[in-house]
Amino acid sequence: MRMTMASRLSKVMLVLAALLVATAVYAQGQPPPEFVPVGEAPQAEQIPAMPLLGIAYGFIWVGMFAYVWSIARRLQKVEGELSALESRKS
Amino acid sequence: MTRGMTLMMAVAALMFAYAPFMIDNAPYEATMGLVYKIYFFHMPSAWMFLTAAITAGVASFRLLFLKRPRADHWVMAAAELAVLFGAFTLVTGPLWARKAWGVWWVWDARLTSSLMLFLIFVAYSLLRKYGGPGSDKLGAGLALFGMANVPFIYVSVNYWRTFHPPTSVVPTLPVEMGIPLWYCVFAFTLLFIVLLRLRARLEHQRERLEELYLAEDEA
Repeated sequence: MRMTMASRLSKVMLVLAALLVATAVYAQGQPPPEFVPVGEAPQAEQIPAMPLLGIAYGFIWVGMFAYVWSIARRLQKVEGELSALESRKS
Repeated sequence: MTRGMTLMMAVAALMFAYAPFMIDNAPYEATMGLVYKIYFFHMPSAWMFLTAAITAGVASFRLLFLKRPRADHWVMAAAELAVLFGAFTLVTGPLWARKAWGVWWVWDARLTSSLMLFLIFVAYSLLRKYGGPGSDKLGAGLALFGMANVPFIYVSVNYWRTFHPPTSVVPTLPVEMGIPLWYCVFAFTLLFIVLLRLRARLEHQRERLEELYLAEDEA
């Protein structure tokens, strides 16, 4: 009898837990389905956007320049070695 | 470098130089304000990240199943670009999210699977650097696994609950937002092609150099 009660109680607890999770998931906001353009920035700006924007673009620009420079340097080194070896052979 | 490549590089450089003006002229977004403009570099970076993963996967297939040894050069090139564009995506995304969502990161399907893909290609790069003989085939298997992740990443925003904008945003963008976005996508695609070919060329030249050294040792 005790086992049956415990089993029933655990089943009820499981259903309650599932309901809680489902409620929490549905309580989350929906993402906007499309972007809407406006002429000016909204007034309620609590976190300044400009530093975030600057870091994002700066990171990509610096990363790109660094990568192009790295490829150019590696290629120059290998091709220099290659031409030196070819001229030595000929 | 061929004339075509030089031209592509020059066009990509000019497009990137003009991109800030295009992005500056784009309107603000109603709920996200100014910070949504990260999108103009974030989205093309993410597309190039996925393109690099697909390129690495296709080249790995050629290496493993069609026995084309030179395909390994393309796997290496594409994997390195996947790390580069993956880093751009995973850094710019949280900067946007901090303002738009109020948090740097959420462990939803899109963000988590993108991080996994990035880590797969970081693992590939480490494997190729320190793995020794046989790491090319092992790495190709890893890159194939990375490619298999791509469709999941793309559709994840449509099937799982997330704050991330769904795929429906791009086709429904108003013209004044769409033009700078497609301009940036084109610039990133050009840059991707140029970098991929340059990086593959580096591997071709390294192979030639090794062959020459071997021939010299044998002589």
